[in-house]
Amino acid sequence: MYSYNEFDEAFVRERVAQFSQQVARRIDGSLTEDEFKPLRLMNGLYLQLHAYMLRVAIPYGTINPTQMRQLAHIAQTWDKGYGHFTTRQNIQFNWPLLKDVPAILSALADVGMHAIQTSGNTIRNVTADHFAGAAEDEIEDPRPYAELLRQWSTDHPEFQFLPRKFKIAVTGSPNDRAVVKSHDIGLRMIRRGSQVGFEVLVGGGLGRTPMIGQVVRDFLPIPDLLPYCEAIVSVYNLLGRRDNKYKARVKITVHENGLEEIQRQVEARFAEIRPTFHGHDQALLDDIRAAFAPPAFRNAPTDAHDTALADPVYRAWADTNLATHRNAQYAIVTISLKKHGETPGDATAHQMRVMADIAERFAHGELRISHEQNVILPHVHKSDLPMVHAMLQQAGLGTANVGLISDIIACPGMDYCALATARSIPVAQQIATRFEELKLEHDVGPLKIKISGCINACGHHHVGHIGILGLDRAGVENYQITLGGDGTETAVIGERAGPGFAYDEIVPAIERLVRAYLDVRSEPSETFLQTYRRLGLGPFKAALYPAEGAQDAA
Amino acid sequence: MSRKFTPKVVTANDLLIGDVVYLTADDQWTREHAQAELIEDEAHAQLRLLDGAGQKNIVVGVYLADAIAGPNGPEPTHFREVFRTRGPSNYAHGKQVGEQPGPRQP
Repeated sequence: MYSYNEFDEAFVRERVAQFSQQVARRIDGSLTEDEFKPLRLMNGLYLQLHAYMLRVAIPYGTINPTQMRQLAHIAQTWDKGYGHFTTRQNIQFNWPLLKDVPAILSALADVGMHAIQTSGNTIRNVTADHFAGAAEDEIEDPRPYAELLRQWSTDHPEFQFLPRKFKIAVTGSPNDRAVVKSHDIGLRMIRRGSQVGFEVLVGGGLGRTPMIGQVVRDFLPIPDLLPYCEAIVSVYNLLGRRDNKYKARVKITVHENGLEEIQRQVEARFAEIRPTFHGHDQALLDDIRAAFAPPAFRNAPTDAHDTALADPVYRAWADTNLATHRNAQYAIVTISLKKHGETPGDATAHQMRVMADIAERFAHGELRISHEQNVILPHVHKSDLPMVHAMLQQAGLGTANVGLISDIIACPGMDYCALATARSIPVAQQIATRFEELKLEHDVGPLKIKISGCINACGHHHVGHIGILGLDRAGVENYQITLGGDGTETAVIGERAGPGFAYDEIVPAIERLVRAYLDVRSEPSETFLQTYRRLGLGPFKAALYPAEGAQDAA
Repeated sequence: MSRKFTPKVVTANDLLIGDVVYLTADDQWTREHAQAELIEDEAHAQLRLLDGAGQKNIVVGVYLADAIAGPNGPEPTHFREVFRTRGPSNYAHGKQVGEQPGPRQP
């Protein structure tokens, strides 16, 4: 893993000192809220519905046990004993007091973490495939490139006042687990002959105008990564609209100007910038790569895992929560933060410490946070899996539901967020609880439900197989359903099913949908998404709106 | 005929603690919705909003929220404002358990 060098350390410490002074000046009245707000947002501090909220970056979702323990310490000392992992590989603390924020930032700096650029119109936390460095299908570990981008984008003088926020995601695998097509810049590593490079997508995004990213460069050699990204952001910085917040993202810039025009301007700017990069970035990249060298994998028998598979509880967990590792003796473990009835993405301080301990003992000291709000142990030797499972179970972390209907992404919604128009957490809790009662979820199989509490789509509802969007309709919570969305390499924006449902109608509506799927699937192995693609909206709409169907027939 | 004015309360968040607060008739900030001043006149509402917004070193994000008179004082009408009087629905945190932001008291 990458550790801060002297420069990173000094920069983060200096920022903590600056912001501590700014907080002090806000408290003593020498700064007004109008003056303070941009400063606090630059440092990840929001004012939410019931309290302040601090968003801490977990660059490309990679975190070590010491850092995880520090998050637990922060949760316990300055918050209410838990943290919320987000859909952009960040963690949010929901209850900090303004006066405590400098101490929290200082505690983060002690372990090489920060909250810089987790808000505001800047380049945000660079995200990556949470299976990076472990996935079987990977061309190359994307994290060194994500780290290079992090260093380049942090406090980049040209890009501190962009028209709007800017998000970059990187994947090193053909199977996209990082939703790169819904990012402002999506980078997909590809091979061309013997050369490895990037396919560069631009203008993806969800929110009120969901769009799938378009290819702006089909093959970018690695040494061109920074100048090319700089060219894109620089063109956006000039063209992007500052007159209308809702038209300010690069997806709108691309849409309004056309991909060809954007391409032309980016290539022209790139030609201008490229000669100014003299190779220091590539020397730095070599150092960064060394920090991401794979761990020293053990060579030992794996019988313990094979024997444990006789236990049905272990078996169920192994079936859903383990993924294939590039080393056949190893597995990638996904720890579900989606226990039925609990808040998606939340972990208590105790759970964080348990995960840190397990990572230290059994996973070469590495943890990842996924955009799906789970925690990953990327490298676990199969002989250790039964012990890992037992320890997770004891801490309420052994739920066997990854990829199933209860593995729901949900934004904080109106339980916390000041922008939300409806709640999302209780809807997620109720859906998970209902399907647990029905004992149906393993039969239903892979099904991604994603819930957002407003049109900004932090819950990625547009790319859920079933998406749920919570709105305020005439002073009442109302939930719209979209179907057929897909956030992978075959990304598609879901289609709206019809009129929305009231808060107490949404869970029964989802149940009708899922039962309709079970009725019409061609065979048990045909997934919800496959069935939807084969049959379209028809049978699902009929299940959602049975009364209307009866009227039509009459 | 002009539309009937919906009564309002002045609400904000406490600058230091972040907690939801309401302006009372005697210019104090209270954590209890029922203790807020229920404003039934539009011109007075605008004035009280200015009074609240002027207290820049005590509160942030001052605005007018719809309310109605209840047996024990003003009550919120919109669900967002109802949530603000309680706290989140997924944990027993916040006002619903008489708790403020910040660490849990042992």
